[in-house]
Amino acid sequence: MNQQSSLWEDAWRRLLANKAAVGGGIILCILITLAILAPWIAPHSYSYQNLDLGAQPPSSIFLLGTDTLGRDLFSRILYGARVSLMVGFVATGVALVIGVSWGIIAGYFGGRVDSIMMRIVDVLYGLPFIIFIILLMVIFGRNIWLLFGAIGAVEWLTMARIVRGQVLTIKNQEYVLAAQAMGVSNFQMFRKHIFPNILGPIAVYATLTIPQVMLLEAFLSFLGLGIQPPMSSWGTLIRYGVESMEEYSWLLIYPGLTFTITLFALNFFGDGLRDALDPKISSD
Amino acid sequence: MLLVILKRIAIAIPVILIVASITFFLVRMAPGGPFDAEKVVPPQVMKNLNAVYNLDAPLLVQYKDYMLNLVQGDFGPSFRYPGRSVTEMIFTGLPVTLELAFYAILFAMIIGGFAGILAAVKRNTVLDYIPMTIAMIGICMPTFLLGPLLVLFFGIHLELLPVSGWDSLSGDKILPSITLGAAYAAYIARLSRGGMLETLGQDYIRTARAKGLPEYQVILRHALQGGLVPVVSFLGPAIAGLIGGSFVVETIFQIPGLGRFYVEAAFNRDYTMILGTTIFFSALIIFFNLLSDIVVLLMNPRARSEA
Repeated sequence: MNQQSSLWEDAWRRLLANKAAVGGGIILCILITLAILAPWIAPHSYSYQNLDLGAQPPSSIFLLGTDTLGRDLFSRILYGARVSLMVGFVATGVALVIGVSWGIIAGYFGGRVDSIMMRIVDVLYGLPFIIFIILLMVIFGRNIWLLFGAIGAVEWLTMARIVRGQVLTIKNQEYVLAAQAMGVSNFQMFRKHIFPNILGPIAVYATLTIPQVMLLEAFLSFLGLGIQPPMSSWGTLIRYGVESMEEYSWLLIYPGLTFTITLFALNFFGDGLRDALDPKISSD
Repeated sequence: MLLVILKRIAIAIPVILIVASITFFLVRMAPGGPFDAEKVVPPQVMKNLNAVYNLDAPLLVQYKDYMLNLVQGDFGPSFRYPGRSVTEMIFTGLPVTLELAFYAILFAMIIGGFAGILAAVKRNTVLDYIPMTIAMIGICMPTFLLGPLLVLFFGIHLELLPVSGWDSLSGDKILPSITLGAAYAAYIARLSRGGMLETLGQDYIRTARAKGLPEYQVILRHALQGGLVPVVSFLGPAIAGLIGGSFVVETIFQIPGLGRFYVEAAFNRDYTMILGTTIFFSALIIFFNLLSDIVVLLMNPRARSEA
């Protein structure tokens, strides 16, 4: 037990030593705080339309200007952060639960169970995921919870493969064989021996899944198949920005910049986490 | 060896059929018919429409008919554009999308490969940091943002390149290809850098250097082969991503390719078109994954003997 906590302490130290990861982490914390506090700190309403104030360039009243309907862009970006980040975390959570259970079961039981389960993963990989989600959105309507579920339901595949691979390696190590010989039950085996040892890769991959999920949501919203008005995510803001970018370029540039910085921060943080938890790679 | 490949193919065919079946039933589960959005039509017309499109038969009969036609390469008629078949639309759009994808991959391999090799050889210098930082930006910058920004800068601001179209103005293929290829250039740069670094650490590279070979020969003749393996195995799965990217790029640049047809079909609820393209894309992706599996198998003797 002592040794295990020192492993995490080591990882934490390595993470703090990585400037890019720390920077990414700080940006993420600020963004999450802003998103949570949006209703209290947003200077204007995100949905109030005032056509007299349409498409104002950035000024001291409207920090980042207004859109063509006179809505304050800064407030809309703040509220968009709520939707975009929520999609990122919730859909990743869905993917995590499905992927980890699937991977553990397939890897641990092996044999026929494994080959059937992984064949299913292959089949689902074969269904081009973007098309699959578009299909679901078209058939069942553009509902935000369906969006979470649909994105989560496609992003678990890689997680299942990673976890399965890890479990396969761990399964054949002596301490697991020893535990098996002693008659430890399957459940105890997962809890005590397998799960703690795959926590690292899971944490890393989950962090790296969040930006992918956010990209996917923004992609769908950009095509008009994701978040529907009056709600807005960063993807919908970029969509509106593109429509009017010739005259009002700030409507594209600020949401785009926010989105890119967020993805950057998430990727740097995820990479840092990977290096911290897997010293073998980071020594390179 | 041949047996392994045959086995893979034998698995791929039922997979395509299963995907086709699932898609068929999913689409049939959709609420409302394809003609609902139009103005109200008399019941008799509706009945005739349904009969023409074989919608009045029992679901299982429809399924049987659809699958039988599918095997013969017939995806049925388009709901949205009377008189045009889905097969016809797929083969109108496909060459455009393939051409776009080809230029994008070409751009990605040249730029990404060069940057990655350079970064690995000049490791931990400015020539490593700058391309890798740009690659990171390329990965983080979504296609639907990069495209409009390129249009804004090169098309509207500098007025250097056309902002939309395909095959209509000279140079109108440049911006879409770069937009679609940028993220892949970034991935390839990272993959080839990683692959090259690993290869450059191998014993046989040290031997080559010890023999007194000049550095460029060590790289070109010895390191490149091993270093680019990760790039090759990336290309198969990348096709799936390219298809998704083509949706965005073709929408932004008004390119009459399969991706834009698909997005339009999704908006118009053109169910047969959605159904047909989904199955077609799935088959395409399964085919390319199969291809890259086989290539990787051929390149890696260890995997070959295990399989």
